[in-house]
Amino acid sequence: MYRYTEFDTAFIQERNRQFRAQVERRIAGNLTEDEFKPLRLMNGLYLQLHAYMLRVAIPYGTLSSAQMRQLALLAEKWDKGYGHFTTRQNIQYNWPKLSDVPDMLDALAEVNLHAIQTSGNTIRNVTADHFAGAAADEIADPRPVAELLRQWSTDHPEFQFLPRKFKIAVTGAPNDRAVIKAHDIGIEIVSKDGQIGYRVLVGGGLGRTPMIGKVLSDFVPQADLLPFVEATVSVWNLLGRRDNKYKARIKITVHEHGIEEIQRLVEARFAETKAAFNGADLDLFAEIKESFAAPAFRNAPEDDFAAAYDADPVFRSWADTNLAEHKAPGYAIVQVSLKAHGQTPGDASAEQMRVLADLAERFGHDELRISHEQNVILPHVHKSDLPELHKILKAHGLATANIGKISDIIACPGMDYCALATARSIPIATQIATRFDELKTEHEIGDLKIKISGCINACGHHHVGHIGILGLDRGGVETYQITLGGDATETAALGERTGPGFSYEEIVPAIERLVDAYLDQRESAEETFLQAYRRLGMAPFKTALYETEEAEAA
Amino acid sequence: MPKPFTPKVVTANALIEGDVIYLAADDSWVRDLTKAEVLSDEAIAQIRLLDAQARPSEAVGVYLADVKLGTQGAEPTHFREEFRRTGPSNYFHGKQAEADA
Repeated sequence: MYRYTEFDTAFIQERNRQFRAQVERRIAGNLTEDEFKPLRLMNGLYLQLHAYMLRVAIPYGTLSSAQMRQLALLAEKWDKGYGHFTTRQNIQYNWPKLSDVPDMLDALAEVNLHAIQTSGNTIRNVTADHFAGAAADEIADPRPVAELLRQWSTDHPEFQFLPRKFKIAVTGAPNDRAVIKAHDIGIEIVSKDGQIGYRVLVGGGLGRTPMIGKVLSDFVPQADLLPFVEATVSVWNLLGRRDNKYKARIKITVHEHGIEEIQRLVEARFAETKAAFNGADLDLFAEIKESFAAPAFRNAPEDDFAAAYDADPVFRSWADTNLAEHKAPGYAIVQVSLKAHGQTPGDASAEQMRVLADLAERFGHDELRISHEQNVILPHVHKSDLPELHKILKAHGLATANIGKISDIIACPGMDYCALATARSIPIATQIATRFDELKTEHEIGDLKIKISGCINACGHHHVGHIGILGLDRGGVETYQITLGGDATETAALGERTGPGFSYEEIVPAIERLVDAYLDQRESAEETFLQAYRRLGMAPFKTALYETEEAEAA
Repeated sequence: MPKPFTPKVVTANALIEGDVIYLAADDSWVRDLTKAEVLSDEAIAQIRLLDAQARPSEAVGVYLADVKLGTQGAEPTHFREEFRRTGPSNYFHGKQAEADA
């Protein structure tokens, strides 16, 4: 893992010292809220419905066990004993007091964590494939690129007052697990004639105007990455609309000017930025890459795994559902579900965080990842350790075998916490999970991604859910719209609205009717919901949603 | 014709704790909606709002929220205010857990 330099450490300490003084001045009445708000947002501190919320950056979703333990400490000491992992691989604390936040930030700095640029109109935490450095299908580890971008974007003087927030995601594999097509810039590591380079997408995003990213360049050579990204952000910084925050994101700029015009402007600006970079970025990148060298994998027999797999059906179900293919022989990528049926998606208690830290230390080369799907990943576990690991996970409510299934739901905090929300999303997620757990059809249904947002800002990625649910306020009543056919991967697509929305009481039965229609009409158990939707189109699902309802009401 | 004025309370979040507070008739901030001052006159409501906004070292994001009169005092008319006075629905945290405190 990347080790912070003295420069990184000094920078964070200085920022924390500044913020402590700002909080003191606010409490003493020497700063107004209007003056203080941009300062707290620069440090990840929001004011939500019931309390402040501190959003801590987890760069490219990677944590050491020491960092995870410190996150547990914060949850216990200054929050209500838990933390919430987000769709941008961060963690949020829902209950801090303003006066405690400087101490929380100092505690985070002890393990090189911070909340800088987790809010505001800046370049946000750079996210990456949560299987980085472990996936069998990877061309190169995306984390060195993400770390280079983090260092470049942190406190970048030109980019502290952008037209709007700016989100970058990186994948090192052709199978996109980082939703790069729904980011302001999406970077895919590619190989051309034996040379590593980058395919750069621009103008993707969800929110009130969802767009799939467009190709800005098919191949940016490795040496040109930073000047190219800088040129892109720089073009948007001048061109992006500051008159209307709903039209300020780069997706609108690309849409209004056209991708060809943006390409032309970026090329012109690139000629200048390229000349301004002196090669120090390449030396730095080489250093960063070394720090992400793969751990020393061991050669060991897998007999224990095979024995447990044959003997224990619970272990077998978990192994079939929650493991992913690792590049090293004998190893597996373990996905730990934070979606126990009926529990809040993405929440982990302080105790669970410590258990995960211990497991990472004992079995996982001290590494943990947070996925944008709000689960925890142990990227490097030898298969012979899996039975013991599973036993410990099970003892702490962490062995739910549902990765990629109907109960592995992304849900934003919604109106249970968020000041922007127009409806709740967490209880919809827990009720769907509980319902299909009761029906015992989850594994029969197979891969199905439900994503729920509690407002049009789409933190819950509903546009790219196979089934998307959007909670709205319609005349003072929570109302839920359904979209179908969304896809968050390399074949990204935006879901299509089915029709009128459903009330809070109606939405779970509506989802059940949709799933029943899929089970009735799929060609075989191998045909997933998304495949069936693509084959059948909207009609049979619309019938299931609306006509069946009328028949029942009649 | 302008819409008739409906009853309001002055509400905000507390500066330090960040939790929901309401303005009471004696100018104190209370945590319980039923103890809030119900404002049924628009002119008075605007003055109370201005008074509350002039206390930035106690309250953040001061606004007037619609209420109706129930047997216990003010009650919310919109579900957002219902969540604000109660707390989240996924954990027994926030106002609902502090009711007796």
